[in-house]
Amino acid sequence: MLLIYCPYCEEDRSELEFRHGGDAHIVRPTNMADISDEEFEEFFFLRDNPKGVIYERWRHIHGCGRFFNAARDTVSDRFLASYKTGEPKPALSGASPASAQLAEPPAQIDETTEGTAK
Amino acid sequence: MADQTLRRPPLAGRQGGSAAARISMAAPATRLSLRAGADAVPALSAAFGLDLPVRPKGAASAGGRHGLWIGPDEWLLIDETGADLMALAAAVPAMHSAVDVSHRNVAILVSGPGAATAIAVGCPLDLTRLPAGAAARTVLGKAEVVLFRTGEDDYRVECWRSFAPYAFDLLVEGADDADL
Ligand SMILES: [Zn+2]
Repeated sequence: MLLIYCPYCEEDRSELEFRHGGDAHIVRPTNMADISDEEFEEFFFLRDNPKGVIYERWRHIHGCGRFFNAARDTVSDRFLASYKTGEPKPALSGASPASAQLAEPPAQIDETTEGTAK
Repeated sequence: MADQTLRRPPLAGRQGGSAAARISMAAPATRLSLRAGADAVPALSAAFGLDLPVRPKGAASAGGRHGLWIGPDEWLLIDETGADLMALAAAVPAMHSAVDVSHRNVAILVSGPGAATAIAVGCPLDLTRLPAGAAARTVLGKAEVVLFRTGEDDYRVECWRSFAPYAFDLLVEGADDADL
């Protein structure tokens, strides 16, 4: 079971308490009625789906109820950082760029440290 | 039969468990789901007569009334004496939202030396990090619950009333396992 650090509860909690909320840092246009269909498609539908580090929204729905953001490695499923909504993307140490992982086998998940990255 | 309705709490009076953990239904209580910003906390605390906790897992109790921290702007208030919590909230002019959830929730009491083991059968929360007097919203099996550790070996499991039979039976199973 994955443990996810909730920045509002300030501790690791079971993934069973969380719900995924899609990509983070997607800025909603302030002129929604004026943008073209192509621009709306870009904002609403198109996502990068990276192999490697992704910044996502998560909601601690069965805990404090809060949305927050987290950086997760889509190859190892390891959570690299969690931070409160509105805070900038954190600097990640030890995260390998997505391109480096294409040639390597998936990183092993270490059960003792999984999810404790802050 | 006269034209009156009778309140029949789910699983009222039901008991179960083992020597390690006793499972029983708590008496009816009044409850409030409270949402408020930090600026309204002092006024609400004064109205309810307890210091609403502002830290994760916090809980405050006074005279059978409990205020449990659920989230940064959310509390569950429980009054075991049946006091009118809505009236207390209505007298506070500071901006807040109070919803009477007295009949939405029921509470299952789990006590005994194996209480934590019984709950851990279906709850992923690390109970060693939930000291007596602390509370947290989490899950029990497939049901969302608010877990309130009222004593060293005593827990109050608040769940929605429609989940009560499921939660109760799961805790009884856990109590049996705790007694192995
Ligand atoms: Zn949380």
